[in-house]
Amino acid sequence: MTMKVSRRGFLASASAAVLVLGVRPDGALAAGETDAMLNPFVKVASDGQVTGIVKHFEKGQGPATGLSTLIAEELGVSIEQITYEFAPSNPEIYANTFFGGFQGTGGSTAMANSFMQYRQAGAAARELLIKAAADAWGVDASGLKIVEGIVTGGGKTAPIGDFVAAASTMEAPADPPLTPPSEWRLIGNPDVRRLDSPIKTNGKAMFAMDLHLPNQMVAVISRAPSRGGLVAGFDDSACSEVKGFIRAATLPNKAGVAVYAEDTWAAFQARDLLSVDWDMSAAETRSSDEIKSEIMAALDEAPTYNVSKTDHAATKSAVDGAETVVEQTFYFPLLAHAPMEPLNCTIEANADGGVTLHDGCQAPTGPHMALSQIFELPMEKVRINTMLAGGSFGRRATPDADYQVEAALAFVITDRKRPVKLVWSREDDMRSGYYRPAVGHRVRVGLTGGKIVGWDHHVAGQSIMKGTAFEAMAVRDGIDHSSVEGTADGPYQIPGMFVGLTDTPKATSTLWWRSVGHTHTAYVMEVMMDQAAKAASADPVEFRLAYLSGEGDDQKRKANVLRLVAEKANWGNAPEGRYQGVAVHKSFGTYVAEIAEISGNPDDGIVIENVTCVVDCGIPVNPDVIKAQMEGGIGYGIGHVMRDQITLAGGEVEQYNFPDYEPLRISDIRGIDVHIVKSEAAPSGVGEPGTPPSAPALANAIAAASGVMVASLPMEEEGVYFA
Amino acid sequence: MAISLKLNGNPTTVEAEPGTPLLWVIRDELKLTGTKFGCGVASCGACTVHVDGEPTRSCQTYIEDVEGAEITTIEAMEDTKVGAAVQQAWVEMDVVQCGYCQSGQIMSAVGLLTENPKPSVDDIHDYMHGNACRCATYQRIRAAIQRASDILEA
Ligand code: FES
Ligand code: FES
Repeated sequence: MTMKVSRRGFLASASAAVLVLGVRPDGALAAGETDAMLNPFVKVASDGQVTGIVKHFEKGQGPATGLSTLIAEELGVSIEQITYEFAPSNPEIYANTFFGGFQGTGGSTAMANSFMQYRQAGAAARELLIKAAADAWGVDASGLKIVEGIVTGGGKTAPIGDFVAAASTMEAPADPPLTPPSEWRLIGNPDVRRLDSPIKTNGKAMFAMDLHLPNQMVAVISRAPSRGGLVAGFDDSACSEVKGFIRAATLPNKAGVAVYAEDTWAAFQARDLLSVDWDMSAAETRSSDEIKSEIMAALDEAPTYNVSKTDHAATKSAVDGAETVVEQTFYFPLLAHAPMEPLNCTIEANADGGVTLHDGCQAPTGPHMALSQIFELPMEKVRINTMLAGGSFGRRATPDADYQVEAALAFVITDRKRPVKLVWSREDDMRSGYYRPAVGHRVRVGLTGGKIVGWDHHVAGQSIMKGTAFEAMAVRDGIDHSSVEGTADGPYQIPGMFVGLTDTPKATSTLWWRSVGHTHTAYVMEVMMDQAAKAASADPVEFRLAYLSGEGDDQKRKANVLRLVAEKANWGNAPEGRYQGVAVHKSFGTYVAEIAEISGNPDDGIVIENVTCVVDCGIPVNPDVIKAQMEGGIGYGIGHVMRDQITLAGGEVEQYNFPDYEPLRISDIRGIDVHIVKSEAAPSGVGEPGTPPSAPALANAIAAASGVMVASLPMEEEGVYFA
Repeated sequence: MAISLKLNGNPTTVEAEPGTPLLWVIRDELKLTGTKFGCGVASCGACTVHVDGEPTRSCQTYIEDVEGAEITTIEAMEDTKVGAAVQQAWVEMDVVQCGYCQSGQIMSAVGLLTENPKPSVDDIHDYMHGNACRCATYQRIRAAIQRASDILEA
């Protein structure tokens, strides 16, 4: 990905001198701020304050620090001299360059798609300020540089703020040179701290949930007990007992009844007293057991789609003719995302007839378009104020902008004089949500002479993309790639590999969940690799390396993290009473290998003593953020396979709150060590790739300790207990 | 009903219906939003405040039960010795990710270190068990509590 610097323009700021730099719709870097078509990435105020305009939302994964690091590096300021703001919704300017014209965060792309763009924006700002200083001092610009926010050279020094006014009357220089990696101070520096740590430590951070607009109402929604139910009528006579209750009204799409109140607690209480008649004629009625049976039955039939585009009959006969066959059927349940901040957002009317959405907004373009339709407003009259998000794991970006639409519907039926803050409770989140789909896999691996000769792999499950606005883009030849990513497309060179796919009917809304298809494909691939190694009486690391021996970069990088993790974890030499399991997986362009070390046994309780992780994500921009994302990704993956699942009875979700969906707790993983591979490759993502290998590494360690190979999740359902 | 209490050292009178959780009085009426709503059922710890010095889940504490009590929230932690040490350790180690659970984590960590200035890893695990972090920052929470303990000892 490159950005052409073909045209530059300048617009003087009217009053306070503020130099604003950005990229125009045509891809050109531009400076200025009076033309609405110019969308800035860098702001420099006359007091020298630098602000990075961050186009990705911050749910903890680090882009506020990461994109600011890129600007600060090029501009010549320290990390302490830059602050950040979140960009408005304007896909013409702030699109994710990997998502076409769509502004949004996902697929672990924030750093990868911004790396050149934000460095160029910082470099352009630097060149302008230097040029202004050179003119002021009557010296040659080539002798000047900016160090820690001070322009230096020609025997003079002055803070950058002194030149903002002059810079904003000049034309930007062409093709601003980028700082060579050998001179990087901040990129790759493990001492760079998160910019959002202080406010998230002293209570001052403002999440969308913390917004209290003057005169706002809080709306909570009474939703159908199972997916597809519609409001037939309601009785709110008991609600008026609640002080602060305002009124109740059916949402225009009949998906629920909105209960409006003066504050959150009053809204929750009034909702408890509301009685709703539901038309459940089109509602989901199946149970989890039926869903599982459907998936298992699909695995018994031939797959609908040939994912690997290989000859299934040839694979079958290779497996059938092998000396040894290892066969296993896997099942993965529905999972909730359960971000710590329950979903919420606020909508208010603006003086110009438009509306503003205040939201921890993951993918602004979706809600932007939805709100423009609902309010029948042109796009420019709908504004989105992106606020900090208390986690997401995929939940805040849905193809139908579900909760933002819900808020818009709750607002559109009022007189629009009072802002409406939509609040979900934890129960709403757990029961009315979107889920990682339920999926089954069946794999038969044939081995002869200790080598794989055929790998017959069938995936059956609920598609994420089909039936959504993303279907046309994401589904090819009927195949939803997100159902099978991480199987046939991985770096392993597996002889005689066939992967097939069958879609099964959805019973809930399905959604990407931290690492999407890799949540289950990595588990299956890596558990089967271990089982195959066992059948071949081979060391699991050596066995895998045999399928990564190719000369391709893909094989080399995956092999490298695997070798390194074995070294770092002292593979094969676990202390007495401890057992190790390994897994390695590439997702979102990033290679991660992990070794879980456990003690105990499945009956009395397993203790996860340590997880060692090696990650290759290309140039590590913020090494400490990368480590944190690996730690978090490992915890997220392991926490869910230990004991979590969403189940349905008669179509209704059976879980209500955290006690029924027990989160990972502090004592569950006793230690995590993360090592980052030095790399000059383009940066790839880190938000998701730590998750996929964590669960199979644990499963393989449990198998090593006890011989119990867990093929159906969660583990505690299968009689594997944790101390 | 009118309830008098001391909030972060200031005598405060609030107007709330009996049965209202302290959490919602703090957040919606007093507009101190550092204290978070995560579950409402005392199973995540995001809403932890100190009631007369004791870490308490404010989502399950009725307002009428804290009449006359001294309530301390995250906003006042920097003014206390233990609170300041914990916050310093938290920032040094960049514990936070999304940050939504962290006020509660810090309120519990301050409770722990006030009671037990040199906690073992097991002590930390026991005391912090009720504070969930969906971002799984536990590795750093554990280390930062130990670091804060060192800061306080120094
Ligand atoms: S909100 Fe009080 S413990 Fe979760
Ligand atoms: S930092 Fe996100 S929940 Fe703890």
